[in-house]
Amino acid sequence: MKRADRLAYNEPTWLDTVAAWVLALAWILPLLYAVWTAFHPAEFSTRFTLMAPLTLDNFRRAWEAAPFARYFFNTTLLVAMILAVQLVLATLAAYAFARYTFRGSNVAFALVLVQLMIMPDILLVANYKTMARLGLVDSLVAIGLPYFASAFAIFLLRQTFLGIPKELDEAARVEGASAMQVLWRVYVPLARPVYTAFALVSVSFHWNNFLWPLIITNSVEARPLTVGLQVFSSPDQGVDWSVITAATLMSSAPLLVGFLLFQRQFVQSFMRAGIK
Amino acid sequence: MSARRLGATGPGATAVHAWLLLLPALVLLVAFTHWPAVATFIDSFYSTPKGSRPAVWVGLENYQAMVDDPVFWKAVRNNLWFAGATIPLSIGLALVMALWVNERIAGRAFLRMAYFTPTVLPMIAVANIWLFFYTPQYGLLEQLTGALGLPSHNWLGDPRTALACVTVVAVWKEAGFFMIFYLAALQTLNPSLREAAAIEGASRWTFFRRVQWPLLMPTTLFVLVNAVINAFRAVDHIFVLTRGGPDNASTLLLYHLYEVGFKFWDTAYAAAITVVLVVVLASVALFQFFVLDKRVHYK
Repeated sequence: MKRADRLAYNEPTWLDTVAAWVLALAWILPLLYAVWTAFHPAEFSTRFTLMAPLTLDNFRRAWEAAPFARYFFNTTLLVAMILAVQLVLATLAAYAFARYTFRGSNVAFALVLVQLMIMPDILLVANYKTMARLGLVDSLVAIGLPYFASAFAIFLLRQTFLGIPKELDEAARVEGASAMQVLWRVYVPLARPVYTAFALVSVSFHWNNFLWPLIITNSVEARPLTVGLQVFSSPDQGVDWSVITAATLMSSAPLLVGFLLFQRQFVQSFMRAGIK
Repeated sequence: MSARRLGATGPGATAVHAWLLLLPALVLLVAFTHWPAVATFIDSFYSTPKGSRPAVWVGLENYQAMVDDPVFWKAVRNNLWFAGATIPLSIGLALVMALWVNERIAGRAFLRMAYFTPTVLPMIAVANIWLFFYTPQYGLLEQLTGALGLPSHNWLGDPRTALACVTVVAVWKEAGFFMIFYLAALQTLNPSLREAAAIEGASRWTFFRRVQWPLLMPTTLFVLVNAVINAFRAVDHIFVLTRGGPDNASTLLLYHLYEVGFKFWDTAYAAAITVVLVVVLASVALFQFFVLDKRVHYK
């Protein structure tokens, strides 16, 4: 067999290429459409001519029609708060599971894994009651609290910590480092790719999360973007597609731009997180 | 070794250390996962407290109400239909996408981006765009079918098509996400397998069926479990597209739970529905732990 044949073996034919492109175009069609409509005057939202004038007016009108600045601020704060707490709590817990032998560790780990199957999204009514009792309804803290202890983060970090050679740990101990110093100086730096991967998953999940924030908030002060957008675009307001698509693009823009800029790292860290 | 060091590394002290490290996470887990799950189960045997009247024990009454509730059964049927369509479609598409972008195909970077983009967008935001696609008279779908001379159709307003429309959006959102897992798995396969197959003269289909597909099995099982769980958690786009309508044609279980609990404030009945959802999700997870885990290795 010729070398050229072997190299070409199993590679896509022109038919695959065409099909892959058709599917890809269908996949980004909604986004392309949103970009078209948001940047053109309303009368062109259903007419596609190359001569249509470009405008930023839809973004201005959307921005003025609802307190989007507030929503952006809330979502950013929320996402940062959740991620920070998740990373700290999960690091401590994962270290305990990976490097300590103690009675009840299996039971404790099983208790953590329960959250992987029963996510807080389902226990809406009971969690709402708890927040009401704590007097936290309609606050950013209430949106974040059920997600602060992330079983997924604990699980991922435990796997990673278990893979770190014990010798490194022991060497640091001989040097006189305390458990916390070893964790901070040895484990955390070595697990950096996993932290990145989890951060990406967490940020995109909580930026996009909707049902729980919808239930637990009822004022502009605590509403994140997703809930604000839904209030803004509900049909009773009268449908102005150009303004709605502009608002939609605004809400998705930070994640979208971040994804386009860091696409490689993003996809790779998803892979790493998914495979381990 | 000093006495302090000895004490700090003794078995008693390490156990205390470990529990202190676990404490913050465990307290939060108990407060917002374990306790609410147990409380929901208990609440499902009580009535909804109203004004000055506290909750009273009603036994299985809430479950009886559930059995007699046609909307609940509609939601169950819809959810099974939704799961039956989204799971194979999104996994199948994800596999095809991954096989394509794993090869040297023209425009690979663009293709990967295009497939994956829906995953990072907020469902609630992109549902607005899909809403326009489905709009009667001037929506994009109408313009397409109109150009082909087909009669006008209200896609979301017709009980026969509403659920299918909602399903399409879910598949579109999910396929790219699952593609990443398949892509990661394909890239770890040994390249010499491909050379061996080429020397044997195996066709492309045979290579996929006999080599790639069996080796992708653990990934498929992992993705499958995720897809099943997602099928019972998907709800965001319902709020924008149909609100469960028309005539409950596109109500899913979690949306029904939301309506019962937070629109009608019947928290006792909502507790009973939650118990059903928890049982469904827990069974999927237990199936994963006990049946699939032997094949899907987390080391």
